[in-house]
Amino acid sequence: MNPEHLIPVAAPAASPASPARRVLLGAAGALAAAQCLPAVAQIPTNLNELPEIPALQEFLAGRRVQFARMQLEIPRVADNGNSVPIKLGVLGAVAPGAVQSIHLFSEKNPVPRMAVFHFPASTARFDIESRVRLAGTQRVVAVATLADGALCVKVAEVLVAIAACLDGS
Amino acid sequence: MARKAAISLAVAGAALLALASLVYAQSPPTRAIPLDQLKSGLAYTGDDVRALQADDFANPGMLWVERGEKIWNTPAGATAKSCASCHGDAKSSMKGVAARYPAIDPATKQLLNIEARINDSRTRQQKAEAFKPESEDMLAITAYVNFQSRGVPVGVAIDGAARAHFERGRAFYYTRRGQMNMSCATCHEQSFGKRLFAETISQGQPNDFPIYRLEWQTMGSLHRRLRACLYGVRAELLPIGSPELLDVELFLAWRAQGLKGEAPGVRR
Amino acid sequence: MADARIQIPPAIKRGENFEVKIAIRHAMETGYRVDDVGKPIKRNVIRELVCKYNGTEALRVDMSSGFAANPLLQFWLVAGNSGEISFEWDDDTGTKYAERAAVTVAG
Repeated sequence: MNPEHLIPVAAPAASPASPARRVLLGAAGALAAAQCLPAVAQIPTNLNELPEIPALQEFLAGRRVQFARMQLEIPRVADNGNSVPIKLGVLGAVAPGAVQSIHLFSEKNPVPRMAVFHFPASTARFDIESRVRLAGTQRVVAVATLADGALCVKVAEVLVAIAACLDGS
Repeated sequence: MARKAAISLAVAGAALLALASLVYAQSPPTRAIPLDQLKSGLAYTGDDVRALQADDFANPGMLWVERGEKIWNTPAGATAKSCASCHGDAKSSMKGVAARYPAIDPATKQLLNIEARINDSRTRQQKAEAFKPESEDMLAITAYVNFQSRGVPVGVAIDGAARAHFERGRAFYYTRRGQMNMSCATCHEQSFGKRLFAETISQGQPNDFPIYRLEWQTMGSLHRRLRACLYGVRAELLPIGSPELLDVELFLAWRAQGLKGEAPGVRR
Repeated sequence: MADARIQIPPAIKRGENFEVKIAIRHAMETGYRVDDVGKPIKRNVIRELVCKYNGTEALRVDMSSGFAANPLLQFWLVAGNSGEISFEWDDDTGTKYAERAAVTVAG
């Protein structure tokens, strides 16, 4: 957005503004422009469709997925990509053996298949907490394989902050 | 009579002079940051890092603390003595010790930080090999020893032989250096609390070292952290354990007096 | 020497879910970093982590460089008999590690 677009509205040509007033109006224009900007730069992404990750496509092998029940908690903005907290779970899965496995995929990491958690038949609670590496801002996909064959997915997007100071220690 | 008065005047004068010089030599320098405004680096980190440090299981630094406990109890060197052989249970014997370091060694009059003190014990008492700077074992044993000073306010002595080290450390702190021509104070005294990209500048306090830094993906000493800052302003990287960094360490500890120990810290 | 910490709740009741935590000291070296002189550092990550409860497999994790260094893992098991929770893992160097902790079940 260009702040200059706002100036003619506030300062019509018929009444020439004094230099001081011009500065003030300019500042007001800039402020108005700043208010139009979102707090965090947004990348338009659809979290209801799967990102193109060949390893994910290979794993799914054309099987249908449902965007439901899978829980994937990860910060919207990560302070450091080297260690990002993550929580996984499957809503409503309480019976022993209800979930066979949870798979985690990364859109940007050099190794896209980040993790697979295999549960034996005895497990009845499928909540996992861990910390992952993310090579830059990207989407992360969790897929749960249920005992009845259903595939539940959740997509999350993480903005990875970069360190302010270079560190060569 | 007159002679007597002259003598007593001279004595009084000399005493006064001695007192004055004593007062001068031991007059405490003014705090850079008032006590009620002192904040550990934790206050300037994000929620995730704060939660990580607060959780003694999730805090990765505790892995080094636990390894340090093993080292403490393992016999080493020609004497086959462990740290515990002489110092007993670190939980009581080491409580508050790290909070007083760096300190002057009474025997050699040298300034030692906790790393140097541990290596002194290893080589002189245990007759074992010194731990290499920044090695896993050195980080583990310092993490364990410093962990015993959790909650103990930092308080170092800067009188006597320490005073010259303190003054050199202070001069280093306020001297602009590197291609960016910045002093430690430029960021950590004049600008703490302000944003630098996605980060908030801290007061540069040393009360939680060694720290687990997410950027390093491992544990590191205060000297490594100081080197990171030197790198940041494009200044000469001084070696870990160098006299200059040791002097700065003493100045930083004095500057942090009153802040409670928080080792092992976690930073982004 | 395996460097790992395991945490299990002290009071567990039979049939209930309980949370197990493990933290492992491991660099999880990605293979994409270089050392001080620019030489690539060889990849060394944990490949597989297996948790057993009284000898029976209770969780298996295929790991990768996508895990943070010094990996942390929290998960849930169903309480059966008192005994032990054991972990085994291996990394790219071929080294095998193991760590265990006692579990006490009431009732």
